[in-house]
Amino acid sequence: MLINRKEVEQIAVLAKLSVSEDEIDAIAASMDSVVEMINHINEADTKAIKPMANPMDAVQRLRTDVVTEKSNKDTLLSLSSQVDEDYYLVPTVVE
Amino acid sequence: MEFKGIKQTAKALANKDISVQELHDMYLQRQKKHAGDLNCFINDTPEIAKNQIQIAQKRINDNHASLLTGIPLVHKDLFCTQDIHTTCGSRMLENFVAPYDATIVKNLSDAGTVTMAKANMDEFAMGSSNENSYFGAVKNAWNHNRVPGGSSGGSAVAVAAGLVPIATGSDTGGSIRQPAALCGVTGIKPTYGRASRYGMVAFASSLDQAGVFARSAQDCAYVLSEMCGFDNKDSTSAQVEKENFSVSLGQSIKGLKVGIIPEWMDSLPESIKLKTEKSIQKLVDLGVELVEIKLPTAHLAVSAYYVIAPAECSSNLSRFDGVRYGHKCDNPKDLNDLYVRSRTEGFGEEVKRRIMVGTWALSAGFYDAYYRKAQKIRRLISEDFATAFEKVDIIAGPVAPEVAFEFNAKKDPVSMYKEDIYTIPSSLAGLPCLSMPIGLVDGLPVGLQLIGNKLQEAKILNVAHQYQQDTTFHKLVAEGYYE
Repeated sequence: MLINRKEVEQIAVLAKLSVSEDEIDAIAASMDSVVEMINHINEADTKAIKPMANPMDAVQRLRTDVVTEKSNKDTLLSLSSQVDEDYYLVPTVVE
Repeated sequence: MEFKGIKQTAKALANKDISVQELHDMYLQRQKKHAGDLNCFINDTPEIAKNQIQIAQKRINDNHASLLTGIPLVHKDLFCTQDIHTTCGSRMLENFVAPYDATIVKNLSDAGTVTMAKANMDEFAMGSSNENSYFGAVKNAWNHNRVPGGSSGGSAVAVAAGLVPIATGSDTGGSIRQPAALCGVTGIKPTYGRASRYGMVAFASSLDQAGVFARSAQDCAYVLSEMCGFDNKDSTSAQVEKENFSVSLGQSIKGLKVGIIPEWMDSLPESIKLKTEKSIQKLVDLGVELVEIKLPTAHLAVSAYYVIAPAECSSNLSRFDGVRYGHKCDNPKDLNDLYVRSRTEGFGEEVKRRIMVGTWALSAGFYDAYYRKAQKIRRLISEDFATAFEKVDIIAGPVAPEVAFEFNAKKDPVSMYKEDIYTIPSSLAGLPCLSMPIGLVDGLPVGLQLIGNKLQEAKILNVAHQYQQDTTFHKLVAEGYYE
């Protein structure tokens, strides 16, 4: 096994997903088959090769730091089911 | 009524042989008859259509129409459409109403198109069969027991069944070309950066690209010309001049050098191989010259892709936290519970698998061995293509290793991933590529893929157009539709 039960649980914690006890083996098995396929990338010698992040080799374009559009705060807040005036509501973090 | 193409339809609209309303109503009748059964739409958009019909008719009356004015379309449901639901085929966004239009939606609306519906798709564009949609699988119009391909299956089926003349789609590793092939329509993914990603729900940002489905390469060229263009709102938008891809349609392709990859041809099942060879022979009859090429690293493309795409997916989809928009779980007991339960309830199985694989590949100690390594392979594949394009003008080859398969035929994720074996290499290299129909095998459509060098959309569109001038495969329709 390339991915064991414990790793599945750890990855789920990092990914903020929950996996139930009876799902773990199936998830480990399917991830295992994916990782086995992925591992073929080790067949290529890439020592002197520069990683390619953008297929056009373009660099992230920056814009000048100026206000470009009007605030649409109310529209964006309306997409959340729990807001209080200008704030998003989440469960209490600090008592 | 047979659809005669955008140009003829625009002419009929201009001559008042038909009104925008009448054209719309004809498609609406077909949609009422078939869309429910095919499950190709997630939401209809009658209010938007009503408004756009009026605007389009006025433009035509005032002689301010573009070629696309009054032409009905559907948008894949990952393109944000202001005041209309954009679900991305997910429970996570089931009730999400976008606050703005995606740039490509705006560009097409500005050209005068009439939006009739949002098309079904694999959840967050992850899948090759459309079985991963929260809203149920889309059926292939050619055989209702078969998948339409994915992830843009709803868009491909809508065009194949004649429910709209054009549809938008998106392609990360083959999500336009593979469903186009399996449904018997023409579909193109432009060069990475050509079409703005602004307002297109992100899956893998370094690969995602919007594109179009139509009945012909010519119609694809008309739509793509309006869709594309530099957009300041997309930081990876290619800074190139807006191009009219239809200008060079009709140019002779005599002497054009077409690259063939023998390994790809030899790996095909005999029936698809024969069909593919026959279509390539047709190109030879039209005057092209075949050149054998090699892509020495392309066999590692699927492996590299399934590091890069899930890694970027896990990063992009971390925005879905149950706080600002999207699905929110009931009565969370604390902040972590809100995050975890909202995400676990909101995402489907395949999306969760890719988030998990991506999270694993990016986790401490693995980044260099996987993500960085895959990015290096990506460069090798890109260089393979660059070397090939020193010798050839375009590359021709298969789209998919098989015709449309039955539902539930691929339960193992890796067998599904291999469906994109011929489409992923050009996606990693960011190249423009299309699929066009080349006939039927066992009563199901087969496509030919044409890959162009960077920013050479016009070239592959013209080759497809020349092929379609001399053949009728692109006019084949499944029985019971187009009536």
